[in-house]
Formats: sequence, structure tokens, C-alpha cells
Amino acid sequence: MSATHFNEDHVISHLKHYLPAQAPLKDFIHHNTLHAFQDIPFFDGIRKASRMFGYKTSLNLNEYRELYRNGRISTDIIRKTVSESKGSDVLTVWMDKMISKDYHYSNHARVGSLRSKWKGLYKMDIDGAVQPLLFRILCSYLDQGIAVWSFPLSQDGFLDSLKMMERNAYNSIFKGERAASLLKSDAGIIELLNILIGDQENLFEPYIYDQQFSHPGWSGMVAVVEEQPELLMDKRVISLKDVIIFELLLEIDALDTAFPKGWSPLGQQVKHAPHYLFDPVPVTELDEVLKLWQEAFEWSYFDQVLAGIRLEKAPESKGSVKSFQALFCIDDRECSFRRYVEQLDSRCRTFGTPGFFGVECYFQPEEGKFYTKVCPAPVQPKYLIKEKNAGIRHERDVVFTKHSHSFPGAWVMSQTVGFWSALKLLVNIFFPTENPAISSSFRHMDKFATLTLDRTGDIENGLQIGFSHQEMADRIFQQLKSIGLTTGFAPLVYAVGHGASSVNNPHYAAYDCGACSGKAGSVNARAFAYMANLPEVRAILNEKGLHIPDETRFVGGLHDTTRDQIIFFDEHLLDEYHKELHAVHLQTFEQALHLNAKERSRRFMSIDTKQNPEYIHEQILKRSVSLFEPRPELNHATNALCIVGRRYISKGLFLDRRSFLNSYNYEIDPEGDYLFGILRAATPVCGGINLEYYFSRVDNQKLGAGSKLPHNVMGLFGVANGIDGDLRPGLPSQMIEVHDPLRLLMIVEHFPDVVLKTIQRTPELYEWYIHEWVLLVCFDPETQKTYRFKQGVFEEYLPVHQELPVLSDVTALLETGQENLPVYLIQSQL
Amino acid sequence: MEHLLQIFLLIPLTGFIVSVLMPAHKENWIARSAFFTTGLQLIAGLIFTIYWLINGAGSIHAKEFVLYKTSGYEYFIELLYDKITMVYLLVGAMLSFTITAYSQYYLHREQGYKRFFNNMLFFFLGYNLVIFSGNFETLFIGWEILGVSSFLLIAFYRDRYLPVKNALKVFSIYRIGDVGILLAMWMSHHLWHENITFLKLSQYQMVHHHLESHSLVGVFISLMILVAAAAKSAQLPFSSWLPRAMEGPTPSTAIFYGSLSVHIGVFLMLRTFPFWEHQPSIRILIMLLGLLTTLVSTGIARVQSSVKSQIAYSSIAQIGLIFIEIAAGWDTLALIHFAGNAFLRSYQLLVSPSIVTYLIREQFYHFTPHKSSFESGLPNKLANTLYILSVKEWQLDTFMRQYLWQPLKKAGSWMHIVSVKQLLILFTPLFLIGILSVVFESQLPTFIKQFMPGIYAFLGLLLVIKAFTERKDTRLSWLLVMMNHFWIAIAVSLNSHFYIDHNLMYLGGILLSGILGYFLLNKLMKREKIIGLNMFHGHSYEYPGMALLFLMASLGLIGFPITPAFIGEDLIFSHISEHQLGFALFIALSYIVDSLAVIRIYARVFLGPHVKSYHEVAYRSS
Repeated sequence: MSATHFNEDHVISHLKHYLPAQAPLKDFIHHNTLHAFQDIPFFDGIRKASRMFGYKTSLNLNEYRELYRNGRISTDIIRKTVSESKGSDVLTVWMDKMISKDYHYSNHARVGSLRSKWKGLYKMDIDGAVQPLLFRILCSYLDQGIAVWSFPLSQDGFLDSLKMMERNAYNSIFKGERAASLLKSDAGIIELLNILIGDQENLFEPYIYDQQFSHPGWSGMVAVVEEQPELLMDKRVISLKDVIIFELLLEIDALDTAFPKGWSPLGQQVKHAPHYLFDPVPVTELDEVLKLWQEAFEWSYFDQVLAGIRLEKAPESKGSVKSFQALFCIDDRECSFRRYVEQLDSRCRTFGTPGFFGVECYFQPEEGKFYTKVCPAPVQPKYLIKEKNAGIRHERDVVFTKHSHSFPGAWVMSQTVGFWSALKLLVNIFFPTENPAISSSFRHMDKFATLTLDRTGDIENGLQIGFSHQEMADRIFQQLKSIGLTTGFAPLVYAVGHGASSVNNPHYAAYDCGACSGKAGSVNARAFAYMANLPEVRAILNEKGLHIPDETRFVGGLHDTTRDQIIFFDEHLLDEYHKELHAVHLQTFEQALHLNAKERSRRFMSIDTKQNPEYIHEQILKRSVSLFEPRPELNHATNALCIVGRRYISKGLFLDRRSFLNSYNYEIDPEGDYLFGILRAATPVCGGINLEYYFSRVDNQKLGAGSKLPHNVMGLFGVANGIDGDLRPGLPSQMIEVHDPLRLLMIVEHFPDVVLKTIQRTPELYEWYIHEWVLLVCFDPETQKTYRFKQGVFEEYLPVHQELPVLSDVTALLETGQENLPVYLIQSQL
Repeated sequence: MEHLLQIFLLIPLTGFIVSVLMPAHKENWIARSAFFTTGLQLIAGLIFTIYWLINGAGSIHAKEFVLYKTSGYEYFIELLYDKITMVYLLVGAMLSFTITAYSQYYLHREQGYKRFFNNMLFFFLGYNLVIFSGNFETLFIGWEILGVSSFLLIAFYRDRYLPVKNALKVFSIYRIGDVGILLAMWMSHHLWHENITFLKLSQYQMVHHHLESHSLVGVFISLMILVAAAAKSAQLPFSSWLPRAMEGPTPSTAIFYGSLSVHIGVFLMLRTFPFWEHQPSIRILIMLLGLLTTLVSTGIARVQSSVKSQIAYSSIAQIGLIFIEIAAGWDTLALIHFAGNAFLRSYQLLVSPSIVTYLIREQFYHFTPHKSSFESGLPNKLANTLYILSVKEWQLDTFMRQYLWQPLKKAGSWMHIVSVKQLLILFTPLFLIGILSVVFESQLPTFIKQFMPGIYAFLGLLLVIKAFTERKDTRLSWLLVMMNHFWIAIAVSLNSHFYIDHNLMYLGGILLSGILGYFLLNKLMKREKIIGLNMFHGHSYEYPGMALLFLMASLGLIGFPITPAFIGEDLIFSHISEHQLGFALFIALSYIVDSLAVIRIYARVFLGPHVKSYHEVAYRSS
């Protein structure tokens, strides 16, 4: 039983920890959905979360067995997994349990059991009576610009605004007198709970949890806005405590209305909470069986990958002449694109690095009223880059005008614009073209605008405008060192950021670059190239021992992953020689984009993958501007791996766009300093993406957003179903349906002892690995052996697969179907 | 030319049947069946309209066939084509065609892909029946189809709580409209002594002649039509259903609640205009209602912070204006306004997900804190008051609950004290007396005969209220609904001589569906043990086939036009004389409550979050 003393602040801060932590839509940032459980081992965490909150935290038995029947989980791996964790003597016993034993189970939640007594004992549907108005008022208060007539705000926050309105109106939000006067008299949580529950203080905490978890979406949004008010452009002062008080008031009001003759507090009917939320959760046999299945599922895939890495040929000799080098984001969507670029031009080299290219800053587009952060979310940049001389990129569309919501304006509009929209709709359905509603990565920064990259000496709102030469050189040095590009520079080095385009898609921000806080990486790529080209910066780099030849030019670019288009910046600054080379490479990129479009298209029903790449690419372009297309691209779906090491480890493997790729050369980093920088950034970013996909996939209803087709945009910050629903954080089903829920396997090329020391540098980083929220394998570059990190130590992992099928023609494989593909060796790269 | 009209019913009907026969996993086939049906209707509509325009653009009508005929009573399908039909046909076919093309991709991989297109075509059939109808009877069949397909589309996500709850809410408001039509039909039958066609309604001399001597009857019919139209077009006091209907996939919301379905009330007003044209009081009433709706819903629209509810209330405001235009006699303007509003709102709804991109960008470049709106000019206290009223939707939703359903529930709760056993002991002898009275009708003393119909109708109503409020025993609730029809049959038989064949026609279909439904419930009960009515069970998750069969049985039991019982219901009303308003009300109320009880059983047992949670189950609040 819980302590009987109720500490309001303690309970609320603890509660916030468990609520969904999703930011408003415009700043969609992937994170571990069950971050609250990350301080304990993964399987304990998901078991606890499941019993406490009723989440489905893994596939269910039928789904695993189906995968097994389809050959996606291999028998050999099941044997290996069971033997390792249970011992080989009980192998058949456990395999029987996994494959054929019947279990009866349900995801029944502890949370909610106390508050359900209103219905059980009082025949009172308290959620039905309270939630519609609660959500309506919260949404109106937080609204970022949908309503024409906005909430009468007070400076001092949510409750204060309500009080102000109550005091100065002929009517009331409440139905009865009591709730209204309690609001005006500043009644606190305890006072209100005393009315609702009585003096049974041991019920207070469970009651608050039950109440807030009846609508985790709204509570989570409030908690996020309370912590980070800057996430809303139109700022709001609100706290979870305010919301709890208001909800308690509404509950009292609802009960007063339902029982005009009076009602007794809940505590008089119920002495103890039916289940205490935080009681220990025992491990059942089914939990163990599910764990075995999950591990077998994961290693059925990972085993092939590790076999492939061990089979890879040794790194090529240095000093060969290169046509160009290109830096891409570590993003899994660049995985196949890089493969095609390399395939088309065997003399080029590609690298992967977080797509902000080490240039952390805020960006202010011309005429923009706000700063946009374009670096990983946890970083707090001190720099600002401004855009000048940009073209107009915010066309207006009359369909969205607010005149259509007042009757005189709408009367005129329906007789005119009404007919026009019928035409527009027809045109968009049969001949999709660009329109103002689209979110396009190329519009993030105007290609022809100028940027204030050099330090001007001005400080704006505490941010330095531009970078000094020293600051530039530090960033270039750090960046090139971390990916191991320190010698053998080609005449052209590209830095290509990425972004996405979509239309009719409230989750558009989730498709852009995660390393740029859900924005396109164009500013960063362009800034990086500019800095690396400056003679003054090169001079400082020279002093630091990094020599970049004068004939090497850097060019920034942006890859639109939805449309498979690429643009480059400042091409006009190149001399004739470089322009010619660039023109040749442009053709390589162009061709690679066609092929990449073809590879992606195998997942799209609307496109026939057997067609030629150019034709398919056109279809992809059309698709990206089609209003009716809920899957403009599949984003990070199917991600499963992150490989940190030299390119040769993964170059000859067909990984089906499932891997994040971060370039790293252990030879220049014996102590693991750069490795630490990489892992510190890549682990939470890739791990966060991976786990968000994992949980949205296994429980798309409670941890994901469900189907996006019925979504209704609430206040511009969230989506809900219908008009009275709770907010739906997480990913919609259209984003995760092809995803296999595997934890991320991080593969690091270095010696085991260095890797171990590196991940132990900070407890935050170590937590991911020791608790296995992200799995870790170390690839020893000298012995070519793989070591699996388990319970704090590296042990050699011998793959079950001794060899892998060899693929002579990727195209033929792509045309076979839509399913997730196993790992192949690519013949041309062997 | 008249014989061509049936084509416009045959195309949707064939399309619907074909789509039902498609295998569920063949997305392409299913979508194409809908695409061709709506496309064909559009092309046929365009060609026919040109042909019609060349031939002088006069009203065309055709008496297609007689469904049932007896002395002094004829139930026939009559079709009519004129300016109003033309506009509704072209707008409807074009929007349906566009939305079908849209949904073909949008719905890809959605569970219930087939269900969606089946429903959509079913709706399309109902819509065309309504707009081509040449009399109330034909219109009523289409009207019923619209009601049921709307229910199914709102509850498309049948495994979540809110869609199912809101589908029930909308269905019950639609039922009020249905009763409006039933009563209007009943009274007009007595007024004209025939099943009047809309064409005849437009003959001024005749209408004028009849109404002169029966002005109150005229007012009554007009009011009933207005109730039906207001309910269907979300006018006051029914407005709150429209935003709540927006639970289905966005394209279905766009076409039904953004455009077609919500303008059907407008159609009814346009169609019956010649009838109430000469009743100034009614015209003023309609204008006032339209104006009030426009003002109130504009206020509500302005405070909405969710995009779909904002569009819903803005659309309601425009429909209010259309009502005014019709009452003012500007039918051409009203038709243009209808078409424009329908197109605008469906487009706005379809692109509603884009609003985040669009407005966030606009805000990013044009942000001004503390934007002032028109209301900032009002005195602060008044502004706050209006704001609170608008945010609470002028209590419309609570109002419906409090004044319509709460009394029913109260009545039902009084009946909780009566157990099943007591009920049987009490009602069996009464029932036998009823039957005996019917058999020996001629020997009954007149003063008893006078009261018996009313009493039996009232007892029937009590039974069905009990069925509606029953919380535990599902099968009992079902049986009570079945019994209610027998009580009505007795009541009507006692009222005026009711023939055996009428009874057979009426009760045959009821009995058949009733037995099927009971059998299914029994079967489910054996497997699942608990199927009580105080919660949703969501058994369609495991028994989709059974759910479909039970839906059919339910529709049969509520007199939906799949069994002859639906003619029986109309027939029953023809046996109630125009002076028996109370009696007619009892029967009408019985029909409303019994359909609510039946659909509630279907929803509670087969829809909603699944009781077994071995798979993903959504929060109740979603």
C-alpha cells in the first residue's frame, strides 16, 4: 500500500514523467515512448508498463507464431536464444511453450480501476459528463490560430483566465453554484479531493493517476507545454496542476448535477484502491515466452547482418584517386541512395553523419517572425543565421480563409469559391500538382537567398549572428575528424542534408531531418560548405594539422527524400573546372535518384515497380503532391540498425534501407573521443526513433495515433479522432504498418575495451545499453570478430549463418514484392 | 423520356450489389465498382440533363410500379425529375465520383475497405432515391437508407467508443426526422385521401382547395416536414449532431456531413415548397428558424478550435441562410447556394489536414500577438457570456439529452421495479384479451372499443421503453421490441377493421427478423456468457459475419425496407383517423423508441471497444 500522506507536487511531477511527452505537431521529435521506464531493463520496463497502463508492449503470441510460420523467425535462432537464456537441457520444453502452448491473456490495466467505481457504484458516466467540455476548453485555450474568436486570455495562466471569465459573465462554465464558487475561492487539489473522495488520503494519488490517464493525450500535451512554453509560437501559461484542478471542479459539478439531493464521497464507498499502480509486477511464464520470441525475432535478422559484416572484404587501399566525396545524413532513408551513388560511380566515396553537419544554430527565414532551431533537440545553440533576399514562399489559399466561417463572407464564398474548389479538387485528384497546402523541404531556405554566415558582431536576443573564422574552423575540424575524412580529398566534396515534402499531412514535421529538430538540413549543409571553402578557415585548419588541398571545393545540397530530388547551393561560385566536374556528378545523382525512387516504390501499391526508373520517379513526384496520399513516403519505417564505422563494413550488404549509417574511423581515434561524440548524439536520436516506431507498431491504439484517416486537427498542435476525442500522440498506423518491431542494434567498429569505456563515460548514455533499450555489438577491426554487449560485458557472437545469399541484380529482387527482405551480399561490390 | 428515369436508380442499385459481391481482399475491384457506378451516374446525368433541357426542361414524372395495393390504399414508387432533381443529381454524382476516386487510394490498407465502399454506394442509392422520389413513400425509402448508411459510416471505426456513441446519437436524431415524415405522410393521406405525389402538390388550385377547409391539418403537415428537414439539415435545436458525425475517414465526412447528407433537409424543403407556399405563418417560422440557426451557429463556429467542427458549424450557418432563401421563394438562388456550399465544405474538409502546414506557416511569417476579432468591440461581460455560450454550443447537446432521452430513461427506470416474471404475468392475460377482442370485435360494447386501441398502443409503448432502458438481459430487450409490434397490431386492429393479410404483411417480416435475431443472440450468449447491455462488447471483432446477420435482423425488426414490414408500418398509419392525434403519436413514439432499442442492442453487443484485450484496444476517450 502507498504511503497515506499525499504530497501534491511530488505526485504531479512523478505523473508527468509517465505521460506522453510529444511536442506540438510542428516540432514533432521522435523519442522513446516509454521513456519513464528507461532506468530499468527493457523487458522489465515493458512488462511493468503493460500491467500498469494496459499497453500492449510487444507483438502478441499469435503474431510471433505467424512470423515463425512465415520463416521470418528462424528455428536455429530460437534454439540459440532458448539455450542461451534457459539452458540447452530445457530446450524442447521452452520451444513447446513458445510454439504451441495455449495462454489466456489480456492487457488489463491497473490504472483506472479506482475511478471506474463512479460507474460501478454510482451509475455515473463521469468521463462522458466531463471530458467533452474539458477538452473543448483546453483546446480553445491552447489554440494556435484555428478559432476566429480566441479564448479571452489572462496574463496569469489557464485557471486565472477561467476565473476572470467566470467573474465577468452573466453565465457560467459550470452548471451548478458550488463548482463556480470553488473556482473563485482558489480551492486547491486537496480541498477538492476532500469533497470528491473524503478524507481517505491513500486514495488521492491513485485517483489523480486514474483521472489523468483517462485522457493521456491532453495531459501529456499540457505537461510538455508547461515545461517548454517556447514550443508554441503563440505562448500559453498552463500547468498540469491547473488542469487537474479544473477537471476536479468539473467532476464535482457533474456529480452535483446528476445527484441534486447530494452524494457521498467516493472514499465512503471504497476503502482501498482496487490495485495499487506501483505494486511489483511479477514475471509470468507468458512474459518469459514473449521475451524469448522477441529476442529470437530480433536476432533472426541481426544474425544475418553480423554474418554479412564478418564476410565483408577488407578495406581498400588508400591513395586511390577519387571523383568526389559526399557527406549524407546518418538517416536510414539515405542508405539505399548512397548505395546507388557508389554503384554508379565506383570512384566516389560517401559518408554518413548527423545531418546538421556540426553547425548548430537557429535559422530565421526572411520575414519570419520566429527562430527555427536547426540542430538536435537537446542542443542549445548560441548562433543565429538569417536569410536575406529570399523570394516569397507563403502563397495564400482562399480555401483556408477565415471568412468562410462567418455567414456573410461564407455566403459570398460558397457562390464563388465553392465552385472553384470543386474544379480544384477534380484537378488535384486526376492531375496532382503543387499547391499552397504542401510542406516542401526546398522551401525551408530559398536556394537563391543569401545567408548571414559571417559574424557581423551583432547579438540578437542573446544569439550571435554568424560565426567567427575560429568558430567555423572548430566545427569543420570536428566534423571531418569524426567521420574520418582527413586525407585524400577529392576535387569536390558534397554535404547533402535532407528534408521531406508532404501534402495534407499534419505529421509533416516527423518526416524531416531528426538531427535538425524536424526541419530540413539545407541551411546547415550550405553553411558547412561555405565555412569549409573560406581561405581563412582553411588556414586555421592547416595549423591544426588538417590539410585540405586548394583545388578541393565543398558544395552544400539538399535531398528531398519524398520526391527524390536534390538541389545544390552556391553552384555559381565554382570555377569552370569544378563546374564541369559538378555537371558530371549531377548526372550520377540524377540517375541514382531514379534508381532510389524505384527501390522505394516497391512498397507503394499505386506504383508498378516493374516499370523503368524514370517513369517510376515521375509517379513518385505525383504521389508527393496528391491530396489523397496518406503515405507520401514511409519515413523511418523498418529501421533496425545503426552502423558506426568505415563504409567498407556495410558497402557490400543489401540492407533494405533499414540502417542508420554513421561514418567513423577508429584509426584516428584510439581513445574513443570522437566515438563518444557520435554515440552521445546517435544513441538517443536513433534509439528514440526506433523505440517510437516499436511502440507505435505494437500498440497503435494506446501508444500510436491509430489510423490517420479520421484525424481532426486540434488547435494546430495535435490531432484527435472526431471532435470530442483525446489527443493522439505517437505515430499513425500509415507510418508504421510495414515496420518490424525490433530494437535498434548499434554496431560499432572499434576494440571492445575502447567501446566499453566510451559508453560508460556518462550514465545517461550507458543506461541505453546496459538496460538494452538499444542493443550493442562491437566489430573488432583487426580480428574481424563480432562481440555482443550483454550484462555489462562483451562476449563474442558467432553468427548462426555461415554464409549469405549473393545478389547479382538488386532490381530483380526489388520487383519480387513488398515484404521486408533478408540481408544479401551484393555481387558487384564483392 | 419518363422511362429513362429508372436508370438513375438502377445504376446505384446495381453498383451497390456488385460491390457487396466483391471479395474483401480485392481493393482494386471494390474501388472500381464504386468508381464506375458514380462515374456512370454522372455521365448519364449529364447526357440526360442536356436532353431534358433541349426538350423544354419541364417536370417529368413516372409511376414506376405499385408495391402494394388494397382498397383505398396504394403504395407505389413514383419518380420525378425537375430543376431541383437536376441540381442535386449533378452535384451528388460529381462529388461522389470525386470522393470515390480520392478514397480509392486514401483508404488503402484500411481495415474495412470493402465495408466503406459498400456503405458509400448504399448511401448513394438512398440519396438518388430521395432526389428522384415523386411521392412521400418513395422518398421515405431513400430517407431510411440514408439514416442507416449514415449510422454505419459514423461507426466505421466500430472498435472505438466515441464513433459508436456518436453514431447512436446521430441515429436517434435522424429518427425524430423520420417520425416527422411518417406523421406528415399519415396526415396527408387523410387530407388528400390518396398517396399524394409531389407533382400534384404543385397544383395550386387543388392544394388551395384542400387547405381552405383544413388549415390546421396543413399547418400540422408543414410542421412535421420542417421537423424532418431541420433534423436532417442540423438546424436548431438539432445542430449539435453534425460535428459529432465527423468520426469516419475524412473523405466520407467530407461527402456526407460536409455536403450531401446535410443538404437533404434543404431538398425536402424545396420539394414541398408548393405545399406550404401559401401558409405565411409557416414561411415566417422557417425564416426565423433559419435566421436563428445562422446567428447561433456562426457564433459557435467562430470559437471552434478544431478544424472539422469549425467547418461543420460554418456549414450549418449557410444552410440556415438557404432555409431563408427557400422560404422567401428564391429557389434558384437556394440551389446555387446549396451547390456552392456543398463543394466548398467538402473541399475544406478534404484538405483540413493541411491546415497545420498552412496556418503554422502563415503564423510564422505574419504573427501578431493578441489578434482582435469582431467581438472585441462588445462590452466585456457580454463578450464573455457569448463566448461561454458558444464554447458550450448553447447547450444544444445537453438539451437533446435532457429533454428527449432523459424522460425516456426516467420512464424506463420506473419500470425497473417490474421483473420479467411479473411482466409476463401481467401482460400475457392482457395480450390474450387483446387477441380475443380482435377476434370477437363485433361483439364488443362500443365504449370499451373506443378506449382499447389507445390502451394497447400505450402498453406497447411501455414495453418498448422497458426494452430501451433494459441494462442486463439482451434477449429480453429484443423480445420486448418484437412484442411491441404485436401490441400495435392488436391496437390498430381494434381501432378499425384490420385485415388478416395486412397483419401478415406487417408481422411476417417482423417475426422472421425477430426470430433470426433471437437465435443469433442465443448463440452468442452460449459462447461468450455475458452480453449484457450496460457496456459495449465489440463482438464484431471475433464474429464479423454474425454481426452482419444481426444487423440485417435488426433492420428487419425496425421496419427497414428489406422486409414487407415497412409497407405494413405505412399501412398501419392509414388505419388511424385524422382525429386520433394522440393514438398516432403513441404509435410513432413506439417506432422511434423501438428502433433506438434495437440499434442500441446491435451497438452494445457488436460494436465498441472489444471486451477481450489480447490485441490493441483504444482508450475510451478516443
